[in-house]
Amino acid sequence: MSDAREVPAVRVDLSGVRRRLDGTQGRTYWKSLEELARTPEFLEFLHREFPQQASEFDDPQGRREFLTVMGASLALAGLVGCTKQPEEKIVPYVQPPEQVVPGKPLFFATAMLDQGYAKGILVESHLGRPTKIEGNPDHPASLGATDAAGQAWVLGLYDPDRSQTLSYRGEIRAWSDFLAAMRNAMAVQRPRQGVGLRILTETVTSPSLAAQLQELLADMPAAKWHQWEPAGGGASAMAQAVGGPRSVQYRFDQADVILSLDADFVMDGPASLRYVREYTARRKRPAEAPMNRLYVVETTPSPTGAIADHRLPLRPSEMEGFARAVSSAMGGGAAGAGGAAGAGGSAAWAAAVAKDLQAHAGRSLVLAGDYQPAAVHALAHEMNQRLGNVGQTVVYGAPVEARPVDPMASLAELTADMKAGRVEVLLVLGSNPAYSAPVDLGFAEAMDKVKLRVHLGLYEDETAALCHWHIPQAHALESWGDARAFDGTATIMQPLIAPLYESARSAHEVLAAFSSRPDRKGHDVVKDFWRTQLGGDFEQAWRRALHDGVVTGWTGPVGAGGAATASTATTSPTAATAAPPASAGAGLEIAFRPDPTIHDGRYANLGWLQELPKPITKLTWDNAAMIAPATAARLGVNNNDVVELKYRGRTVRAPVWTLPGQAEDTVTVHLGYGRTRAGRVGNGAGFDANLIRTSDAPWAGRGLEVARTGEKKTLACTQDHWSIDQNAEARHVIRPTTVDDYAKEPERIKELTEVPPRDETLYSNYKYPGHAWGMSIDLNSCVGCGACVVACVAENNIPVVGREQVARGREMHWLRVDRYFSGQPERAETITAHFQPLPCQQCENAPCEQVCPVAATTHSDEGLNDQVYNRCIGTRYCQNNCPYKVRRFNFFLYQDWTTATLKLQRNPDVTVRSRGVMEKCTYCVQRIEQARITAHNESREIRDGEIQTACQSACPGEAIVFGDVNDPNSRVSRLKSQHRDYSLLGEINTRPRTTYLAEVKNPNPEIPAAPGPEGSEHHG
Amino acid sequence: MPQTFHRSTNTLSKLSIFGALFLIVGSLFVIAEINRSGYVTQAGIAREQPVPFSHQHHVGGMGVDCRYCHTTVETSATASIPPTKTCMNCHSQIWSQSPTLEPVRASFRTGQSIEWTRVNDLPDFAYFNHSAHVNKGVGCTTCHGPVDRMPLMWQYASLQMEWCLDCHRNPERYVRPKEEVFSVSWQPPPDQLEQGRALVKQYGIQTRTSCSTCHR
Repeated sequence: MSDAREVPAVRVDLSGVRRRLDGTQGRTYWKSLEELARTPEFLEFLHREFPQQASEFDDPQGRREFLTVMGASLALAGLVGCTKQPEEKIVPYVQPPEQVVPGKPLFFATAMLDQGYAKGILVESHLGRPTKIEGNPDHPASLGATDAAGQAWVLGLYDPDRSQTLSYRGEIRAWSDFLAAMRNAMAVQRPRQGVGLRILTETVTSPSLAAQLQELLADMPAAKWHQWEPAGGGASAMAQAVGGPRSVQYRFDQADVILSLDADFVMDGPASLRYVREYTARRKRPAEAPMNRLYVVETTPSPTGAIADHRLPLRPSEMEGFARAVSSAMGGGAAGAGGAAGAGGSAAWAAAVAKDLQAHAGRSLVLAGDYQPAAVHALAHEMNQRLGNVGQTVVYGAPVEARPVDPMASLAELTADMKAGRVEVLLVLGSNPAYSAPVDLGFAEAMDKVKLRVHLGLYEDETAALCHWHIPQAHALESWGDARAFDGTATIMQPLIAPLYESARSAHEVLAAFSSRPDRKGHDVVKDFWRTQLGGDFEQAWRRALHDGVVTGWTGPVGAGGAATASTATTSPTAATAAPPASAGAGLEIAFRPDPTIHDGRYANLGWLQELPKPITKLTWDNAAMIAPATAARLGVNNNDVVELKYRGRTVRAPVWTLPGQAEDTVTVHLGYGRTRAGRVGNGAGFDANLIRTSDAPWAGRGLEVARTGEKKTLACTQDHWSIDQNAEARHVIRPTTVDDYAKEPERIKELTEVPPRDETLYSNYKYPGHAWGMSIDLNSCVGCGACVVACVAENNIPVVGREQVARGREMHWLRVDRYFSGQPERAETITAHFQPLPCQQCENAPCEQVCPVAATTHSDEGLNDQVYNRCIGTRYCQNNCPYKVRRFNFFLYQDWTTATLKLQRNPDVTVRSRGVMEKCTYCVQRIEQARITAHNESREIRDGEIQTACQSACPGEAIVFGDVNDPNSRVSRLKSQHRDYSLLGEINTRPRTTYLAEVKNPNPEIPAAPGPEGSEHHG
Repeated sequence: MPQTFHRSTNTLSKLSIFGALFLIVGSLFVIAEINRSGYVTQAGIAREQPVPFSHQHHVGGMGVDCRYCHTTVETSATASIPPTKTCMNCHSQIWSQSPTLEPVRASFRTGQSIEWTRVNDLPDFAYFNHSAHVNKGVGCTTCHGPVDRMPLMWQYASLQMEWCLDCHRNPERYVRPKEEVFSVSWQPPPDQLEQGRALVKQYGIQTRTSCSTCHR
């Protein structure tokens, strides 16, 4: 494949790894198999502070000539400093808008959509430009936090590849032309009751859009509304289990023991942020409050598996058998107890879990993943009922979706109609089925049979290319709308900015084109709908709802157009006793999952998400065929080998990624990649797993064959970047322990390394009469989701560098989340994963400050390690001297200084850095200074909690807490007073201001952990 | 053996060594002075504007308060250039036919902003906040000079970092009572240092010279 640099592949020798592990005392932690095997590549990353080739001068011009030229330019460079500043213009308002104060941002409440469901957000707006997303603390699905996609939501608005013009067969047209065309088409359809009209949407929770659709269907009763959600279907699987469509809320704060059957509840789903908050709240004070306990059974390591107290890797086909085994161990009626779960000692595991669940009946919780078949959902439901959890930790409610359907069945029905020629007009609103539909449906081919095809979308994507009309969709930040959260709470979504492109329309406006009032504005549609819903003083209620970001006192649509019944055939819970799906052949099993960062492909063109390392694999810009190391060794493949995945007669080529903890004999592939019309960022990244995905088994299946091709593709993986050599000298970078060991020896975590006394330094200690900023990061609350990283990118104008630069170790993220593995790579069940977010540690004795020749990095009077970009000359001495490896250098002009729309997104309070400049985390010093000025203007001191760093405010687990360590009562000081607080590399006397709270697991003593946790071993 | 060099070579070599030193130091001094001069900093140079707005007339003559136009100076980082509406508050009544004010009327009619030339232009990497200074007793004229005597606006101070630091290190030399902040006639009293020290204490002024105070 086309890579600038080919990494010489050194096969990781598993037997060597085993020997190394056998020779070690206690538990070791490693970031990659390369680290365990200490391959040359890894050692290079470890010992060379600067990434590949960074310090080499390999220009053909030659070093001598270069120096001559540089000498002259350096001499002249001094003179450049004498230039006058270019003249600038000030453009004031003509009529000043109310409330706008130049220099002060405003925040507006609205919502982002996650598979159609609302997650409340507050959008920061500078002079009318939305720049940054924060969570809405008043919204039940946000509680003030955001996920990575929520942070990148604003980049979607400014994406220069968004479609900008309305077109008909590729030619630019006016909105009036479109209206005329639709009028003609409807003139044919309306007399026939719309028999040839089909509307395809994504999942719709919007009450006003649903009302519009209902109105249209009432007008043309023979028309049909279909919904397609590539990663949806979990709700309909659950509906089958509980006997009809329901919304479900889990109460993690009430659950003492939790069993997740492949449910990645911390990353997936419309309530993930709330669940993380509730789950981690029970793990914050392990010494005082009793902790909850989480069991996870899964195929591919996920963040949920990483934070679990016990994790069991199982093949997709074993999942139902395992659930059945747990159920029968609790006395459930399910037949064939343990039959399918017998292998690998999982029967004993299941029995122990069942016992624990029963011991906490009514205070336990069993969840089935969204990608599990209805049978597993039924078993989970049955167990919850048996345990008395329903109504306690599991609360069912009325469905939130306007019309709950099984998206796969809905799309299949539509495609069948299209193939049969029954569809004359197809209106696709926002969805991209031409890319995301499973290959066996043949959606793209069926499109040919439709006479008139209309597409509304943010991009001229794969579906737009097959449609006659394409209407650019107005982004949710530039149009009116509404949506409901997982618990039914409605949010009215207000625009922050007028559409950037004149012809952009919202779904509401396009649907209005089919009504009697085709020119209605989205605002009127939404407001008129809510006029029928809100009683009392409507204007006041409307303004209140807009201000708060939630509609209080509204529980569901009133009047006509209420929730329609599901078209999905529901089956009784006894379906659980049905046999597991018959095997479709031997060989390996394959599992399909939406990508953890770009999801089903809808975020493929957002560079922030492409460059965000995936929580477990730490891959960027690509998906891969993830295989357990032992299975990979058996197949004779290794990282970066391109293999041919042959599944049900179809093939796709994919690079291999060996993933410790992956269930053996399985391959997991992520959806969302291999886009051809995503835009400049997303095109050509990864491979399209939809090409082997079929509609009858969309999430897993047997009969996969893997064939070597001999080709290689270097994946841009960041797991070895910025490595700290921790095992060689017992650095104890992470210090996981168990709740029992912690109770026995609470001091032990601190004592693992010896921190020199405060006076042991040649330099005089700084004094901080005012504030002294510090941070505490709770590794027991971090779920590794990466929201903090994207929040940092958004707040601090951090550039995207691209795949090739990441592969060279030049990613610019100021904050990284390191993921450590532990266990034996070839035994998946022994693998545990641990996260550690690593921003600048703001050392008291900062190694970086002492080596800067131009004082571009200095110690502030409040203890920050300031970085002055305009003074930096790029010697990189500071980076070389940083033991934490948290400084980032602009090797090239990574920042896009020319694209107009991207300029609008930038935070005006942070310098946009140029080439040749070092940059780093500053604890969001712009927020500190802003808070200080506000406080002083009000003649008061800064309050504790008033300053939230960007990473902190995004974090769903509240793992990151920032504040004044001079104040013994501040939240951060109180956290740091816990015994599990430790300084990373404290033994080298850097005295970091950021300290960590060690991870404390709560294992079940009846399940033996493979190697003993670190706390129980003794190091010299 | 005869001397290779003439005796005068001693003098010459001394002269050239010290002369070169003098030349280097001298030229560095000259460069520094040029860098501080109005030629580079553009201090003291009146700028042309689309409308020749006179602070001398409005502030000195009419006695208009700074905050009538620069409304956000007490609350925000920027003092704000007034919207056209502010001009028209008066000029729809007085001088409403003046040809000089045609650009203002045109702006109000068409909704197109007047494009003023920025006079006090800090580099983009320096983050200055008006409200933080105004609320702590730093007067407008301390930085902007005698605006009541400026027919066309010019930059009063060099706006170089040494100028900022002069006050950030020794605020007592410049602060004034808060009630005098917007006064254009205020002059430092003879015992400014003493009064200044008292004000620094009273207002809780910090001598903030950390880089991140201004550079982020």
